[in-house]
Amino acid sequence: MAQMTMIQAIKDAMRVELARDPNVLLFGEDVGHVGGVFRATEGLQGEFGEDRVFDTPLAESAIGGLAVGLSTQGFRPIAEIQFVGFIYEALDQICVQAARLRYRSGGRYNAPITFRTPIGGGVKAAELHTDPLEGLLVQTPGLKVVYPSNPYDAKGLLISSIRDNDPVFFLEHLNLYRSFRAEVPEGEYTVPLGKANVVREGKDVTVITYGAMVHTSLKAAEELEKSRGVSVEVIDLRTLMPLDIDTIVESVKKTNRAVVVQEAQKTAGIAAEVIAQINEKAILHLEAPVLRVAPPDTVYPFAQIEDQWIPNPARVVAGIEKVLDF
Amino acid sequence: MSKPFYEVGAEEVKPLSVLSPEGTIVNEQYMPALTDDQLRELLRRMVFTRVWDERAVNLGRQGRLGFYAPVSGQEGTMIASEFALNKDDFVCPGYRDMPQIVWHGLPMYQAFLYSRGHQHGGQIPQDVHVLMPQIIIGAQILHATGVAMAFKKKGEKRVAITYTGDGGSSEGDFYEGLNFAGAFKLPVIFVVQNNGYAITTPFSKQTAAQSIAHKALAAGVTGVQVDGMDALAVYKVVSEAAERARNGGGATLVEALTYRFRPHSMADDATKYRTKEEEAEWEQKDPITRLRNYLTGKGLWSEEEEAKVKEEAKATVAEEIKKAEATEKMTVAGLIDSMYETTPKHLEEQKAEYL
Ligand SMILES: Cc1ncc(C[n+]2csc(CCOP(=O)(O)OP(=O)(O)O)c2C)c(N)n1
Repeated sequence: MAQMTMIQAIKDAMRVELARDPNVLLFGEDVGHVGGVFRATEGLQGEFGEDRVFDTPLAESAIGGLAVGLSTQGFRPIAEIQFVGFIYEALDQICVQAARLRYRSGGRYNAPITFRTPIGGGVKAAELHTDPLEGLLVQTPGLKVVYPSNPYDAKGLLISSIRDNDPVFFLEHLNLYRSFRAEVPEGEYTVPLGKANVVREGKDVTVITYGAMVHTSLKAAEELEKSRGVSVEVIDLRTLMPLDIDTIVESVKKTNRAVVVQEAQKTAGIAAEVIAQINEKAILHLEAPVLRVAPPDTVYPFAQIEDQWIPNPARVVAGIEKVLDF
Repeated sequence: MSKPFYEVGAEEVKPLSVLSPEGTIVNEQYMPALTDDQLRELLRRMVFTRVWDERAVNLGRQGRLGFYAPVSGQEGTMIASEFALNKDDFVCPGYRDMPQIVWHGLPMYQAFLYSRGHQHGGQIPQDVHVLMPQIIIGAQILHATGVAMAFKKKGEKRVAITYTGDGGSSEGDFYEGLNFAGAFKLPVIFVVQNNGYAITTPFSKQTAAQSIAHKALAAGVTGVQVDGMDALAVYKVVSEAAERARNGGGATLVEALTYRFRPHSMADDATKYRTKEEEAEWEQKDPITRLRNYLTGKGLWSEEEEAKVKEEAKATVAEEIKKAEATEKMTVAGLIDSMYETTPKHLEEQKAEYL
């Protein structure tokens, strides 16, 4: 098996699907000739031609709308938004036009679009390049939202996303693009949408998280194992919408304690939703309130203080300890 | 074959040049009325800005600056267009347009703080009439229409100017801004710096229009095309546009044909999408060489003078970056307090975690 970085795995998924299905198209700003500002699509135009892999003029709303129109005619667009903050420019096309196409047409049309965008902080990028906007997307009925934490999942989830008949927003954490390699099978395989993954087994407390925070949480779990002999289970959500509540509830029934860690601002986000569902389905199994470890409710800060703003292992440890010592 | 009467058409446009690339006058009748002192000052600013840009790129490499978009090659357009305005005119810049707002009055150390990701970079002094650089391409174009409408409503003879690139001219915001400016007859100048590329994407893939200047026609505003490597030509068309705007004549779209000598940003590798030949060709059109030759020919500029300006620029940049580095660091608590006029209770509680 090949060792790949997450960005290589992402490209590989697109290559597999472009080769398998002639209706798959790939486009966005700078994705064609040069292969994207992160080179996530490098070489794909050469391999599949400009007809299928192309640069668009600079206009995000048009990229979203183009994808919607193409999907009504049988194509399966992979549309890249160059950086996450620019989805605001395209929100009508993504969150209204694509997400509601099936509903508005009573199923006559559907939008098998995969929107891809880099997201996630810690790289000192310019303003609006890394903002954690997953909450906006998760609050949009009709969209699915996927957020992988490693190369293997990234490839399998992206293939599933491209094959899905509804619009999927696929979020790619910038800090994970090249931070490590892992084994990734060649060719086709899928990781199902809507299935979380227990990435570390434990019995004392459950940490539910996603994206780069999976790695932060794993570090915190190791620290606690060493410092207090605590056994922490870590769940990687992988798909944020639909949420795999069954895996979460099963774990909480075992550990009776939970913390949710997210990179996005605290209020009204994924963590709030996870906690609400734990309350609905497992409250009698809890020994302590379920807490959130999340940044404050501010704008994603300018580069200078992003490292203080994004949860780090120490903050996650503190959150877990509160729940343990309740 | 003539086209039917029900089909619209547009004439060709050619860019205005006043000076040749060698710095000789090619279009006397469009020579702007600038005093010798003004001519010298214009060149001084361009030379200064070139050094500042070089320094900024180095500071970026050393990790002393964050996001920075280089400007070398575009000084003719940037500096002369700002120079053609009054200090109380208002500038709505994009991310590359630091020179315009600094020459309009923003202290340079604040420009550096902006690049370093510090909030104080955006705290524009009261008497400086600019907005912070815009990251969202096109957003500033709409702000300029609002600023211009305010000037019009207050009966002030001020104009708003805004900048974007050839890529920016494809955004919906660009068309919407032009259309509003036409519909409300607003005193605004839209400058598109057509440097041939939007990161890697060449202009040929950006639009099928004859020119960006032509896009003015659809909005019912004046459109002009100018040699953006010729500071005097830029000065000419922008001062005309400003005068038109001040006198109730409405908006102008200026397409300036230019080139960025450096990569798009510190993270970009221009060799992936541009040829050495093309780069060399544009370097022949360097806006500084052109104006310098002209001024030297008139006895208004000398090597000593140029050396002095360069030294001054180096010293200023060194001082200003030190000042930026010495500025008190941001804190998460301070960030929290900058969200609302009065920090709400839930944020006060969150703040406690960061004190
Ligand atoms: C709304 C939006 N979309 C995409 C980007 C990413 N981006 C930054 S610069 C750029 C190219 C801009 O090209 P152009 O407008 O020609 O200006 P130039 O950079 O050449 O000055 C792109 C796509 C952005 N900043 N904002």
